[in-house]
Amino acid sequence: MIGSFKQIKKDEEDGGGNPYHSTDKTSVLQEARVFNETPVNVKRSTHVLTKILYLLNQGETLATKEATDAFFAMTKLFQSNDLVLRRLVYLGIKELCNIAEDTIIVTSSLTKDMTGREDQYRAPSIRALCRITDASMMQAIDRYMKQAIVDRAPGVSSAALVSCRHILKESPEVVKRWVSEVQEALSSDCVMVQFHALGVLHQLRKSDKLAVTKLVSKLTSSSLRSPYAICLLIRIVARLIEEDEIGYDSRLSDFLESMLRHKAEMVTYEAANAIVTLKRSSARDLPPAISVLQLFLSSPKPTLRFAAVRTLSKVAMTHPNAVTACNLDLENLIQDVNRSIATLAITTLLKTGSEGSVDRLMKSISSFLNDISDEFKIVVVEALRSLALKYPRKQAVLMGQLADMLRSEGGLPYKEAIASTIITIIEDNPEAKEKGLDHLCEFIEDCEHTTLAVRIIHLLGREGPRTRQPSRYIRFVYNRVILENAAVRAAAVSVLAKFGAQCEGLLPNILVLLQRCMMDTEDEVRDRATYYHAILATRDSTLIHRYILNPPQFALPSLERALVQYLQSPAVEPFETRMEERVVPTHEKYAEQLSAIPQFAHLGPLFKSSTPVELTEAETEYMVRCIKHTFQNHIVLQFDCTNTLNDQLLESVSVVVDGEGWVVQTSLPCASLPYSQPGSCYILLPIPEDIMSTTGTLSATLKFTVRDCDPATGEPDTDEGYEDDYTLEDVEITVADHVQRAARSNFAAGWEELGATNELEDTFALSAMSTLEEAVTQITQFLGMHPCDRSDRIPEGKSSHTLYLAGTYRGGHEVLVRAKLALADGVTMQLTVRSDDPEVSEVIASAVG
Amino acid sequence: MSGLLEPTLYIIKGIAILDNDGNRLLAKYYDPSIFSGVKEERKFEKNLFQKTHRANAEVIMLDRLTCVYRSNVDLFFYVMGMSYENELILVSVLSCLYDAVSAILRKNVEKRALLDNLDLIMLAMDEICDGGIPLETDPQVVSQRVALRMEESPFNDQTVTQVLQSAREQLKWSLLK
Repeated sequence: MIGSFKQIKKDEEDGGGNPYHSTDKTSVLQEARVFNETPVNVKRSTHVLTKILYLLNQGETLATKEATDAFFAMTKLFQSNDLVLRRLVYLGIKELCNIAEDTIIVTSSLTKDMTGREDQYRAPSIRALCRITDASMMQAIDRYMKQAIVDRAPGVSSAALVSCRHILKESPEVVKRWVSEVQEALSSDCVMVQFHALGVLHQLRKSDKLAVTKLVSKLTSSSLRSPYAICLLIRIVARLIEEDEIGYDSRLSDFLESMLRHKAEMVTYEAANAIVTLKRSSARDLPPAISVLQLFLSSPKPTLRFAAVRTLSKVAMTHPNAVTACNLDLENLIQDVNRSIATLAITTLLKTGSEGSVDRLMKSISSFLNDISDEFKIVVVEALRSLALKYPRKQAVLMGQLADMLRSEGGLPYKEAIASTIITIIEDNPEAKEKGLDHLCEFIEDCEHTTLAVRIIHLLGREGPRTRQPSRYIRFVYNRVILENAAVRAAAVSVLAKFGAQCEGLLPNILVLLQRCMMDTEDEVRDRATYYHAILATRDSTLIHRYILNPPQFALPSLERALVQYLQSPAVEPFETRMEERVVPTHEKYAEQLSAIPQFAHLGPLFKSSTPVELTEAETEYMVRCIKHTFQNHIVLQFDCTNTLNDQLLESVSVVVDGEGWVVQTSLPCASLPYSQPGSCYILLPIPEDIMSTTGTLSATLKFTVRDCDPATGEPDTDEGYEDDYTLEDVEITVADHVQRAARSNFAAGWEELGATNELEDTFALSAMSTLEEAVTQITQFLGMHPCDRSDRIPEGKSSHTLYLAGTYRGGHEVLVRAKLALADGVTMQLTVRSDDPEVSEVIASAVG
Repeated sequence: MSGLLEPTLYIIKGIAILDNDGNRLLAKYYDPSIFSGVKEERKFEKNLFQKTHRANAEVIMLDRLTCVYRSNVDLFFYVMGMSYENELILVSVLSCLYDAVSAILRKNVEKRALLDNLDLIMLAMDEICDGGIPLETDPQVVSQRVALRMEESPFNDQTVTQVLQSAREQLKWSLLK
C-alpha cells in the first residue's frame, strides 16, 4: 500500500502532471485495436491516436511492421465523420507514410475528401494525399489539383500550392502542367495564397532568367498585397541585381528603395537588409536603408532591435562609416536586457568607434560576457581581433581582456577563437609576443582541449627559443609532460627538443629532461624522447638542423611511390630521400598517368609538374594547354587539346616544337580528336647537359589531319582527310620548372647550415614594380620556391622587407634564397642565393637578371 | 555565398513547445540537414531552454539557428529559422502559434490545459506550418480551422467546476476588453 503510494508520487514528480508521460509504445499499439470497433468509438480512438502521434513526436521509432499495422488500423477511422478525428487521421497518414508499406491504399478515401463538399476536409486531405502520391499517380488527380489551386476557399488553394512546392522537389514536370492555375492564384486576395503562388512560380522559372525578369517586372509594377509575398519578391529582385553583371536595371533598385517605405515592418526590414547586403551597393545607396534600421534600433520590440543591430554589425564590417550615424542609438543598446542585442551593439561600436572609446567598451563587455552564448562570445573575439590589428597601441588592453576570457568558461570553438586571436596579435606585433606567450602558457596549465593544447605547445616551440629568456618556458612545457595525456606529452617532448637544439646553454638540462621522458608509458612519447635525445647528444649541428629544426617533410604518396620504385630496381646504393622532400603532392595524379605510358617508364620519379599554360586564345577553333613535367634528365611536354568545331574530326594530332639546344627524342601523337572530347599528345625532350642552357623558348605548332564530318552524328563524311596545321603560342621553359617548392620550418637554421661556400649575391633594380607585395609575389612565382617564416606577408606601411624562399633544384639540390627588398622609385632587390652546388646557385642568381 | 537570403518558401526550420523543465511537449523540425537525429534535437532543446528560460528576451541565435520565443507560466514556444532569416517573419509565425494556442485553450495557456487538448494543438501546428512553409499566419483562421468540436458542444465532458472556471475566465476577459 505504502509502496504503491510512493510509486504514484514518484510518477507525479517525474511526469510533472503529464498524462502522456508513462505511455509506452507496445501498450499504445495494443490499444490501437479500438480503431477496429464498429461503430467507431470516437472518443477513445481520438485519445489513442493522439497518444501515437505524441510518441512519434517524442522521437519514438516504429518498425515497418508496427507502422504498417497501425496505418491499416487507422484507415478504419475513415468511417467516422468526426472532424477532429478525421484530421488526426490525416496527420497520422503524414507521419507514418515514410515508414509504413502500401500507404497508397488510402488514396481513394483522400481523393473523396479532397473533392467533397466539406471545406474542413478538403484542405488537409490535399496535403496528406500529395504526401503519399508519387509522380505516376499524379496523373489521376491532375484535374482535381488544378481546381484546388484556384479554389475560392483560401485554405484549399494554399494547401494545393504548398503541396505543389513539395512535389516540385521530386517531379517538377508534373507541376509545370499547372502553371496557368498557379499564375491565376497569384492574383488572389488572400495574403498566404499570394505568397505560396509566388514561391511555386519562382521555383518553376528559376532556371530561366528571362522568365524571372519578366515575372519580376510585372510584379514590381503591380502591387502585391501580401507582405510575405513582397519579402519573397525582394529576395528574388536582390538575386537578379547581384547576378546581373552589365545590364543592370535601375528600376529594380528603385523598387527596393520604395519598399523601405512599406507599412509592414517585415517588408521594410527585408528591403533594408537586401540593400545593405548587395555587393554593388555603394556608400551612396546605403543611407536610406541605414536610417530605416536606425529607427528599428529604438523599437520596443526586442526582435526588431535584434534584426536591426545584427544587420548593422554586418554593414560595419564593410562600410564602417555608414554606420557611424547610429552610434548614439547603439550606445543605448549596450544596456539592453537581451544580451544578444547588447553584444551585437558593442561589437558594432568596436568596428565603427574611435580608438578612445575602446577602453570604455571593453569594460562593458566584461560585465556581461558570462551571460551570452558561445556564438556571441566568438563574435566578440572576432571584433577584438580586428580591433587589435587596427589599433596596435591598444593591444595591451585587448590582450588582458583576451586572457581573462581564456580563463573563463567556454567550449572548444570559443577557446580556439581566443587562442588564434592571441596568436595573430603575437605574429603581428613582436612587442606583444612575450606577454601573449605568457598568457598562453598560463592557459595550457589548465586546458581540457587536447588539440588546442598541442597547438599552443607547438607555437611555444616555434617562438619560445627566440625570446630573451627561453628557459622560463621550459617549466610550462615540462609540466605538460608530467600531467597530460599522451598526445600532449608527445608534442611537449618534441618542443623540448626544439629548445635544446636552439639554446646552447639549456642543452644539458634538456638532455636530462628527455632522459626522464624515456620512461613514459606511451610508445610514441618514448620513441620521440629516445630519438631526440640521441640526436641532441651527438651535438652535431648538421644532424640537429636536419632532423630537429628542419625535419624532412614528405608527401606520403610520393614517398610510397619512390620506395616501391626502389624495391623494384636492382640498385645497391642506399635509398635516397631528398628527391622526395616535397610540399605539393598535386603532381601525384600526373605521375600515375605518365608512368602508365611505356615510352616514359624509364624516366625515373617525376620531379615537378607545372600548372597548365594556355597556348591558344579563349574561344578559338582548337584549344591547347601545355603542362611541363620535369624529370631528373628529361622534360615531358603534355599538350591537352580540345577540338571546338563540331563538323571536324581530327586525327594523328601532334605538336611540333623547335628551340635552340632542344632536341625532340620522342613524340607521341593523339590518334583521334573528336568534337569537344579532350585528348593529349606528348613530347619528350632530354634536358641539355649544360646547366646554364636549361631554360629557353620553344616555338610550337599543332599538326593534324582533318576529316569533315556530320555535326549531328560526328560520323566522318569522307575516307580521306587533308593535312593542316595551326600555330600555337611559344612554350617557355623557366627556372621555376627546375625548382620544387620546399617547406623550411626554420629558415635561419637552414641558412646557417648551408653556409657561405656556394653563396652568390647580386643587386637588381626592379623598375617595373611599384609595391613590395607585387615584388614578393613575382619573385616567388618566378623562382617557383616556397616562402618561409611567413615572409610573404608584408606588414602594412613598411618600405623595406626581407623575403625568404626555400626550394629543391632538379637533382635534389637544396636552394635557399634571401631577397632584401627596398621600396624607392620602383623596387630595389639584393638577392643572396645559397645552395649545395655552385652551379645551381649561379643558375638561380642569373635567372632573375 | 553572397549573404543574400535565398528566395524560398521554406522559411521555418523548426517549431517547438517545451515545458518549464525544458522537456519537449511537441516539436517538429523540417530540415533533416540541421539535426541528424532525435538525440541532437533534444540536446539542442535543452541548450535552448538553458539560454532562454530566465531572460524573456524574445530572440536568440544558437547553433546556426535564429530562434524567436515566447513563454507563459510553464510553457515555452519557439520558432526557428536559419541564422540570417528575417526575424520578423519568424515572429509573425510565433505570434500566430501562441495566439492560436491561447484561443484553443481559452486563454488558459498552461501545460495542463495544453496536454488536455493535445490533439487540437497538434492540428494547429499542422495548420501553421507544412513541411517548413508557413501555411497560415492568422491565429483566428488557425483556431477556427481546428477548434470546431468545442463550438459544437462546448461542455460535453467538462465538470461543473471546469464550466464555472471557464465562465469566470470569460467574464474576466470580457471585462478586461
